[in-house]
Amino acid sequence: MRPVYLVSGGVSKFAKARPDVTFQPMVKEAYDYALKDVGISQKRFTEIADGSVASYFSDHFQRQLMSGIMVQDYLGLCPKPSHRVEGGGATGGLCLQEAWKAVASGYMDVCVAYGFETMSHVQTWKGNEFIALASDVSFDYPVGGFYSGYYAMMVTRHMKEYGTTVEQMAAVSVKNHMNAYHNPYAQKRDRLTIADVRNSPMVAWPLTRRDICVMSDGAAACIVASEDGLRKLEKAARTTFKPLVKITGIGRGTDAMRMADRPHLQVPLFPWEEPYQDLKYPGVHSFRAGRTASIQAYRHAGITNPLEQIDFVELHDAYTSSEIQTYEDMGLCRYGEGGPFAASGAAFLPNVDYGLDFPGEVGKCPVNPSGGLIACGHPVGATGLMQAVFALWQLQGTVKKHFGDGKLQVKGAKRGAIHSHAGTGTYVTVSILQRA
Amino acid sequence: MAKTKAQAKVKAVKPALVVDDAKQEESLEGTVLYNVPFPKDLKQLKGMAPIIIKHPYHIDYVHSYGQDSPFFAGLANKKLLATRCPKCGYTYATPKLHCMWDGAECNWVELPETGTIHCFTVCHFGSEEFLKETPFILALIEFEGANTRFLTRLIGFDPNQASLDWIGMKVKPKFKRLSKFKPTDVYFVPA
Repeated sequence: MRPVYLVSGGVSKFAKARPDVTFQPMVKEAYDYALKDVGISQKRFTEIADGSVASYFSDHFQRQLMSGIMVQDYLGLCPKPSHRVEGGGATGGLCLQEAWKAVASGYMDVCVAYGFETMSHVQTWKGNEFIALASDVSFDYPVGGFYSGYYAMMVTRHMKEYGTTVEQMAAVSVKNHMNAYHNPYAQKRDRLTIADVRNSPMVAWPLTRRDICVMSDGAAACIVASEDGLRKLEKAARTTFKPLVKITGIGRGTDAMRMADRPHLQVPLFPWEEPYQDLKYPGVHSFRAGRTASIQAYRHAGITNPLEQIDFVELHDAYTSSEIQTYEDMGLCRYGEGGPFAASGAAFLPNVDYGLDFPGEVGKCPVNPSGGLIACGHPVGATGLMQAVFALWQLQGTVKKHFGDGKLQVKGAKRGAIHSHAGTGTYVTVSILQRA
Repeated sequence: MAKTKAQAKVKAVKPALVVDDAKQEESLEGTVLYNVPFPKDLKQLKGMAPIIIKHPYHIDYVHSYGQDSPFFAGLANKKLLATRCPKCGYTYATPKLHCMWDGAECNWVELPETGTIHCFTVCHFGSEEFLKETPFILALIEFEGANTRFLTRLIGFDPNQASLDWIGMKVKPKFKRLSKFKPTDVYFVPA
């Protein structure tokens, strides 16, 4: 496999609704930003780009099949090769990895990964119905038809199994909303307290509205290149790009669509991890796909101690509970310790005031310094790419330039992990980005 | 083919397939937007507010339960069925015709008369279809002798008194008398 660089990226401002544009110009906003950031005109870039991967989740939200090609032609990328990738909430993460594959394999030198979702075409509750169609329509959808309900069931098991508390979950919400306060791209930029989170309307016990991400219209784009591609882009930009960011680890995993079908087995261990006694794994309290993806990505990137060797993580916090579950899957702590880890301060940014007291070291490994899905919004096909763009800016040290506020910059960040997650843990991707 | 003098003459006089004063019939159905403001200067169009229309999108969808059909026939006959692998004995409380471990075709078996709550939630909101049914309780039920679980509605618990203590409680299935051939033809109540 050839070395692969994440060269540039752009994100549209995520919003509840973008009635001012259809999806194509929304992607173009992100795409133009990515091109402008490396100082290459569209005309010149089109000459260099070898192709693209398109990412959007729902044909129900779109009510426009083949939307990918409509973006491709709007961006002027026809007749170059392209395909759409779809894997629920992980669609964006899969898209970035497909672009990585295209470049790593030698098929392309410069590949564009673009994604979007327009969720404002229907009311929120109809939107929940559309999303719930990503559960078994024979056995799951007709009973509950509600993703927040599925995640709530998983966390009641997590609470029963490990003693995780709603206050620990609320700490995640406070953190991500407060981080987003400094991120102009985010949809929900709010200063909250633990009480605010708990007192907001109950959606699916014990998850309140502030434990759950929101629906969005939004787009994101990434430019991925080989060393040869990088040289072509640098030549076009008449400059050398510094610092460079490489994609050094790729991992993916899967699990059964129906939560009811998740087996009770042993934990697939990291090489450094002690075995677990009497833990029925994954059950519904853990994401086997997330663990599988993490094992692969860490092995690929040579990571042997994630908490020490990863400077920040952008992970798929569709729910505060799933952020806690994911700490464990990604080995930031052991299974069962996700709740205390959430409240310890380790995942918070050291120079942001959250109004919370922490028992431990603050900022050991900031998680969702951007605000994550909960606060940035979750326009599904764009989300995984948004994480890549925000991680790129962290590693370049350019957060201040892009956000107009350097508060969220993780000082001296050299390595970041991004994690994209579908269904109730059906497809999960983990990618490692590293300053070259 | 060379044109004859006569053909050339006809064409020049009147194109026979073109109708004067052509007009499409209009209807009062669908979206009617009266009086959209429009500037004289086209440059101002970029400042125009978007036109947003609403239109219905309904479909009747034919869904076959296919290989899982016996499960729904079971519910109509007050039986809760699972599938069991003849090779390894793995038992699917939510039926799967083929075993995910060895690929063998499973057999239909009956589940025990009671189960326990594995996990649950109270849905205070839901997707549009179920919004009118809120608050409702969802739970995964585990059974002795079954390796996977079953998603169902719990009845007979107070949705306003949700408690982790519900986990592990014994419950039993109840069947609707009027089958709708949905998995909600069965629900669980305290045993």
